[in-house]
Amino acid sequence: MTAHDAILLSLSIPLAGAGLIALFGVRPNLRETVTLITAGALFATVATLYPVVTAGELPSVTLFEMLPGLSISFEVEPLGMMFALIASFLWIVTTIYAIGYMRGHHEENQTRFYAFFAIAIAATMGVAFAGNMLTLFIFYEILTLSTFPLVTHAGTDEAKRAGRVYLGILLGTSIGLQLLAMIATWAIAGTLEFQEGGILDGNITGPAVGILLAMYVFGIGKAAVMPFHRWLPAAMVAPTPVSALLHAVAVVKAGVFTVLKVTVYIFGIDFLRNLDVTQWLQIAAAATIVLGSLVAMTKDNLKARLAYSTISQLGYVVLGAMLVTPLAIVGSGMHIAMHAFGKITLFFCAGAIMVASHKSEISQMRGLGRAMPYTMAAFFIGSLSIIGLPPMGGLWSKWYLVLGALDAQQVWLVVVLMLSSVLNIAYLLPIPFRAFFSTPNGDTETAGIKEAPTACLIAIGITSVGCIVLFLFPDAVYNLLQPITGP
Amino acid sequence: MTLFPAVVEAHLAVLLIVVPLIAAPLCSLLRRESLAWIFAAAVSVVCLALAVAILGQVMANGPIAYEMGGWASPWGIEFRIDRLNAFVLVIVSAIAAVVMWYAHGSVRAEIGGDQQPHYYTLYLLCLTGLLGVTATGDAFNLFVFLEISSLSSYVLISLGAGRDRRALTAAFTYLVMGTIGATFYVIGIGLLYMVTGTLNMADLAVRLAPLADNTTVLAGFAFIMVGLSLKLALFPLHLWLPNAYTYAPSAVTAFLAATATKVAVYVLLRFLFTVFGTDYLFEELTLNGFLLPLAVIAMFIPSLVAIFQTNIKRMLAYSSVAQLGYMVLGLSFASITGVTATVIHLFNHAVTKGGLFMALGAVLLRTGGVSLQNMAGLGRQMPLTMAAFVVGGFSLIGVPTTVGFISKWYLILAALEDGRWPIAFLILASSLLAVIYIWRVVEVAYFQPALEGRKIEEAPLSYLIPTWLLIGASLYFGVDATYTLEVAGSAAAHLMGNGG
Repeated sequence: MTAHDAILLSLSIPLAGAGLIALFGVRPNLRETVTLITAGALFATVATLYPVVTAGELPSVTLFEMLPGLSISFEVEPLGMMFALIASFLWIVTTIYAIGYMRGHHEENQTRFYAFFAIAIAATMGVAFAGNMLTLFIFYEILTLSTFPLVTHAGTDEAKRAGRVYLGILLGTSIGLQLLAMIATWAIAGTLEFQEGGILDGNITGPAVGILLAMYVFGIGKAAVMPFHRWLPAAMVAPTPVSALLHAVAVVKAGVFTVLKVTVYIFGIDFLRNLDVTQWLQIAAAATIVLGSLVAMTKDNLKARLAYSTISQLGYVVLGAMLVTPLAIVGSGMHIAMHAFGKITLFFCAGAIMVASHKSEISQMRGLGRAMPYTMAAFFIGSLSIIGLPPMGGLWSKWYLVLGALDAQQVWLVVVLMLSSVLNIAYLLPIPFRAFFSTPNGDTETAGIKEAPTACLIAIGITSVGCIVLFLFPDAVYNLLQPITGP
Repeated sequence: MTLFPAVVEAHLAVLLIVVPLIAAPLCSLLRRESLAWIFAAAVSVVCLALAVAILGQVMANGPIAYEMGGWASPWGIEFRIDRLNAFVLVIVSAIAAVVMWYAHGSVRAEIGGDQQPHYYTLYLLCLTGLLGVTATGDAFNLFVFLEISSLSSYVLISLGAGRDRRALTAAFTYLVMGTIGATFYVIGIGLLYMVTGTLNMADLAVRLAPLADNTTVLAGFAFIMVGLSLKLALFPLHLWLPNAYTYAPSAVTAFLAATATKVAVYVLLRFLFTVFGTDYLFEELTLNGFLLPLAVIAMFIPSLVAIFQTNIKRMLAYSSVAQLGYMVLGLSFASITGVTATVIHLFNHAVTKGGLFMALGAVLLRTGGVSLQNMAGLGRQMPLTMAAFVVGGFSLIGVPTTVGFISKWYLILAALEDGRWPIAFLILASSLLAVIYIWRVVEVAYFQPALEGRKIEEAPLSYLIPTWLLIGASLYFGVDATYTLEVAGSAAAHLMGNGG
């Protein structure tokens, strides 16, 4: 299989899977087998690209011309490679988890659920491999629209309202700001290709650069930079597998990934480094980091707390991008990977708790560790990774972000990062501690609660181990990403 | 490559008008609906073939100038077809052919038995008028065809009276407003004739050039402008449109929404850029200072009104008024990119709106109404129809991979090239209003349960196939827009006097 075929297959395998899932909808076992095989085939296909990219090549495919001078084209570069690997690998894990969760929770319309899930993954692959901004934008919008039915899966009034917020903010920012920024880029530079060193250097000067960059950063609503973050907590009405893979990994990471792509390949690191505008956006990102953590502390609903935690963590990636030093950029990219494994573990645990004990509020989870020891242990591992403590992968990305901040001589940002870690400890660690060391009281009855379905536990185990593996072997990620900052 | 024998190829321009013109009275002789339908459908397919052949000829060999009856212009009537009107001819005849397929079921469901054959006669007459307006190079002849299309469309709209008597008042309002528009237009032509002594558009352009300071010309221009604005329903002269679209039979709405206002936009383009010319209008009169704000208001107010409609057909009608705002906005930039945006949107909006109104026709057939409540639960009961509606809605919003995105792209590019950032932002802000009015329908169709005890089947294939043909086109040309853009771009360049 050539790299060319692999790129096209990565897009078509999940789409074909969606078709088959719809076809076999009446036979749940067959349908879920199809999903698993599709996810496995996708990961295997994406993995064949890895050696090609690490060898320094940039395999690309141009499908056809959409507008004169603008093609739908794909190019696999290190950042996209990493994103696609993570998303496709975690899709397998999430599918295993979803089988346990959706059956354990007796959800309806499961065929629609699996089909749109597969389409969303296809859109994620499109975002990861996009060779120009137009292609990326198209798949970005498909991702928004294909996840709408997943967010509103329950079909209740609450889900409908959440769907409005979700679509309103994501479409509003992408059409109102990002599209405008993209067309402006096209008008200024005459190209939208992702190129090393960017395409804007020399074509634009003065305050216009800052406005354009701000339009991108805020227009990429999926990156959830405040004040455009409200869609993410709203999306938590979705079934937990959706929250786990899409709203902790695929969708939100598509957002910060786009921010990184724009920074590195549209503006160019060297071009941005000498501009003041990045400072304002650093402040916005830092504010998102701190405020997100503070709001997370006030939430008693576990999924809501995790959602605000995600908003805060996405701020790290945006911050790294806006620091525009090589170490910070690599740190940002690594944080996409590290946070993905940590946060998906936490969401898996939240869903497992919901299935096994029907508890969604943190205050009800005292003493739950005795009934669900594996789940709560995994929650502890995931928490450590999010906080950035050894022996978890989260340590490394924070490490490089701090180095990057020092490199850029922004000591106050080091303080922000440290403060945020403290806040992370405050809102995450009490949950497993109380579960293990507190005794249940009147309204937190744990009698009769058993561990989550086996399928869920397998998935949780895999991602927890992933957190530790990433601590032991961060070089793989670092070496993959290092070339994007240029020679 | 030629589609027809040489003798036909030489007379394509006139055949395109003569065929439906002669077919219309013949059609009225057919007393049975099915016969009339087959006959009219055959004619509309022939028209489409002729229009495609004309476009092929124009793209290959440049503009066609056809002298009617051999009388040399500017004395005789001349048909003059360049890339712009060849493109519009294809749009009109293609929509006509697709809607004709659809009409069979829709007419039998919505129009009284004895009136059904009349429908096809009027439809062919209306088609004749629209094609004639587009093809002719003579300003007065254009008026004649305009009246043919208008008079037949008044009657077509009133055919909706079988289902809802309000169609009669809607048709009457349109009759009054349309007649005022046509009268204004003919007064304007009269004034121009007074000064120049010619009615041929190309000749007018030459003779008007040195008359920049002439007040009679200015008055003539004002009359023509207002008359055409009424015809194309430019806000605030749009008042006839919402009722006319709402109460007309579905097939009529789909056809008129996709063609009639588009042809009026074409005429406006022709007068602004060919007859009067950019130097006169945009340099001396600074027309864009007038058109631009009007277009921006037209983008917003009707979109806002659309949000509060409970009748979905009326909602889409207001959306059409807003879309016409985009078209006028494009041409008000008086740049090649801007005019390209207008021309491409003529096509893009025609396929989108045509498809949307046809999908609504299916809803009317199955549920007996098109109010918001009728849509409850249809996401499950009529999945294909509602999917078509959603895709069409995406195109109105301007979601990528639909034609609406292509239009927005060029419109914004034109605004940015002109250095008008705020306008670019307003274009996008107004598309977000479309999200709101489309999503109201989506929520009701997909989230509300079906009404108690209501059993509804998916629409018949005679509805679904034409609907999906247009919706499919709005997806296909949204992904691969190179051909439509080549035609639109070169038509715009030619119109602006830069070769082509």
